[in-house]
Amino acid sequence: MNSRAIAISATGLTRKFGSLIAVNEVDLEIPAGTIYGFLGPNGSGKSTTIRMLCGLLTPSAGTATVMGMDTVKESEALKQHIGYMTQRFALFEDLTVRENLRFISEVYALPRAKRRPRVDQLLEEFSLVAQVKQRAGTLSGGQKQRLALAAATLHEPKILFLDEPTSAVDPQNRRDFWEKLFEMAERGTTILVSTHYMDEAARCHRLAILDQGVKVADGSPKELGENIGYNVIEVVADNPNGARLSLSDNPAFTSITQLGVRLRVLVSKRVPDALGQVKLNLREAQIRAEADQVFPDLEDIFMAVTEERRKGLAI
Amino acid sequence: MKSIIRIMAVLRKEFLQLSRDRLTFGMIVGIPLMQLLMFGYAIDTDVRNLTAAYADEADTHLSRQFIADIAASQVINLGRRVETVQDLNRLMDAGAISIGVYVPEDFDRRIIERDRSAVQLLVDGTDPIILGVAQQLTALPIRFDSQTALVPVPSMEVRNYYNPERRSAVNIVPGLVGVILTMTMVMFTAVAIVREKERGNMELLINTPIKTPELMLGKIIPYVLIGLIQLVIVLGMGGYFFKVPILGSYSQLLTASLVFIGANLALGLLLSTLATTQFQAMQMTFFVFLPSILLSGFMFPFDGMPPIAQYIAELLPLTHFNRLIRGIILRGADISSMWDELLALLAFMVITLTLAIARFSKRLD
Ligand SMILES: Nc1ncnc2c1ncn2[C@@H]1O[C@H](COP(=O)(O)OP(=O)(O)O)[C@@H](O)[C@H]1O
Ligand SMILES: [Mg+2]
Repeated sequence: MNSRAIAISATGLTRKFGSLIAVNEVDLEIPAGTIYGFLGPNGSGKSTTIRMLCGLLTPSAGTATVMGMDTVKESEALKQHIGYMTQRFALFEDLTVRENLRFISEVYALPRAKRRPRVDQLLEEFSLVAQVKQRAGTLSGGQKQRLALAAATLHEPKILFLDEPTSAVDPQNRRDFWEKLFEMAERGTTILVSTHYMDEAARCHRLAILDQGVKVADGSPKELGENIGYNVIEVVADNPNGARLSLSDNPAFTSITQLGVRLRVLVSKRVPDALGQVKLNLREAQIRAEADQVFPDLEDIFMAVTEERRKGLAI
Repeated sequence: MKSIIRIMAVLRKEFLQLSRDRLTFGMIVGIPLMQLLMFGYAIDTDVRNLTAAYADEADTHLSRQFIADIAASQVINLGRRVETVQDLNRLMDAGAISIGVYVPEDFDRRIIERDRSAVQLLVDGTDPIILGVAQQLTALPIRFDSQTALVPVPSMEVRNYYNPERRSAVNIVPGLVGVILTMTMVMFTAVAIVREKERGNMELLINTPIKTPELMLGKIIPYVLIGLIQLVIVLGMGGYFFKVPILGSYSQLLTASLVFIGANLALGLLLSTLATTQFQAMQMTFFVFLPSILLSGFMFPFDGMPPIAQYIAELLPLTHFNRLIRGIILRGADISSMWDELLALLAFMVITLTLAIARFSKRLD
C-alpha cells in the first residue's frame, strides 16, 4: 500500500480561532485508495482539519496538498475532484430526494445526457428508489446519510471526505455504509472519515488519533496497538468495583477502565512483569479475579496516547 | 455553458423552494396588499360620523346655531344632548363617545370679547385620527345670525406631521411601490442566503465548483420576478382602490423598476455577506429600511429636510426611485428627463453587487 501515490499530504497544518488552537501542526500522508480515519472526541479538530483539506478554511500555518493540488491556491480546481459529506446534513430539506440529486448533478455540470442516468443509478445503489419523491427533511437518519453520500459521490470524486457520517445512523445501516466505503476504496477512491466510534476507527486501513487539535498517534490499528508504551491487562472479577478500587491505589497502573465485569488496566511497558503485578495486587486485596494480558484495542490505544500527551504537557 | 447550467440549477432550486415556502409566498403578496390598504386609508383623513355628544349650557340663539353648524358638517355625529360637562366626561370615560362639545354658559360673551376660546372640545386623545378630526372642527367658522359675516373661532394651528403636503392616496401609492420593494427585496435576498448559511446548505454549495457570480445570479433572478409581481399588485390595487392613474409609459416604468429592484437585491446580497443569522439579516434590513422610508421623500418633503439628511437621502436608492416613479406615474414624465436618477440607481447597483461578490467568499473563514 505504501508504494501507492500519496493522495493527501499535510505539513504543520494549523488553524487558530482567536486564541484557541483548533488544529495544531498536524502532518498527514495518506496513500491513494486507503480508508483513513480521524479518531477523536468532540472538539478535537476533526472537522476543522477536513475543512482545511477541502479548501474551505484557510490554515493559519502549514500547507496541505490534495491530489497534488494546493488546498489554498488551487482550491477551486480541487473541487471537481473531491466529495465532502458535512457533519451536519447539508442538502435541501424542502426539496425531494430526486430534486436534490438533480441539483447536485447540474451544479457539477455533468453532461446533460448523463445527469438523469447517473441520478437513477445512485438512487438504485443507495436504496433510495422508494423515496425519490420524498422531501429530504422527512427522511430517516439512515436515509439522509445515504442521500448525503450519494450527493457527495455523484461526480465520482477521487477523494472523499466524510465528517462523522454515521453519527445519526443505526447499527445495521452503519454496517451497510461501511461496506459501501470498502467497495469505493477498492475501486481506488481515497476516503478520509472522521469518527468518535472506536469500532469504526478499527475498520480503517490507517488512522490518526486527534486530541485537542494535536495528532497524538497514527498508523494502522495493528501498528498503533504494537507501538503504544503500555501493556494491557484484562481483569475479570465478580466484584469489578472492588477490584478497580484496589488497583487504583497503585501508581504503576496508569489507567483502569471498567467495561461491565471486565477491567482493562494499562501498565507502562517500563514496569516489568505487568501481569504479575496486577495479579499480586489483586491477591493482596483478597479479590477473586482472573487476569490476562491482551492485545490493545483502540479504546486502550486512545487512553494510552491521550494519557501520554497529558503527562507530557504536565512536565 | 457550464455557467448557464449552474445558474439554471440554482434558479430552479430557488423557485422550487419558494413555491413550497408558504410564509415567504404569503409575504410576497401580503406585504404589498397590507401596506397599500394601510397607508392608502390611513392617509385619507376625511373621517366622518364619529359619535359625539354635546352639552349646551348657554342655550342661546348663537349657541344653538353653532351646534347646528357642527351637525351639518357631518364630521361628527352629534347624537346626544346632555346637561353638564360632567355628563360629557362620563360618556367619554364609558367609551360611548369619542368627542364631546362643551358650550359654556358665557358662550356669547366669549365670542364677542374673544379673550378666551368659546367652546371646548373634549377629545379621546389616544386616537390620532380623532385628534385630527377635532382639529378639523376647530377650523369651523361660526356664523352670526344677524349678519352673515363669518367670524372664525380662535383656532389652534393644525399641523399634520404625517402628511404635511396633504397628499392623497394618489401620491402615496407610487411612493409605496418603492417602499415595499425596498423592504421585501432587501430582506428576501439577505434572509435567503443567510438561511442557507444557518441550515448548513452553504457549506455544501461552496464545496462545489459553482462560482460566486453564478450563485448570486441564480439567487437574484427569482426575486426580480417577485419584485415585478409586487409592482403589479401595488399599482393594480392602487388603480382599483384609489384610482391612481399611470400617466407615463409602461416600458419606462418597467425599466425604472427593474433597475431599482436590481439595486435592492444587490444590497440584500451585500447584507447577507455581513450577517451570520437570519435575525441579524432582518435587523440590517431595518437599518436600511428606516432611513429609506423617512428620508427618501416618501414621508417628508425632501426639500424641507436639513442638508445632511438630504445628502444621506441621495445615497438611498429609494430617493431616486421615488422621483422616477412619481414622475412617470403622476406627471407622465419621460425617463430621459430624469436620466441622472436612473444613472444613480445603476451606479448603486453596480457598486453594491461588486462589493457583495468580492465579500462573498467560498470559504468559511
Ligand atoms: N468557526 C469557528 N470559530 C471558532 N471556533 C471554532 C470554529 N470551528 C471550530 N471551532 C473550535 O475548534 C475546536 C475544534 O472543532 P472541530 O474541528 O469542530 O472539532 P471536531 O470536529 O473534532 O468535533 C473546537 O473547540 C471548536 O469549538
Ligand atoms: Mg466535527
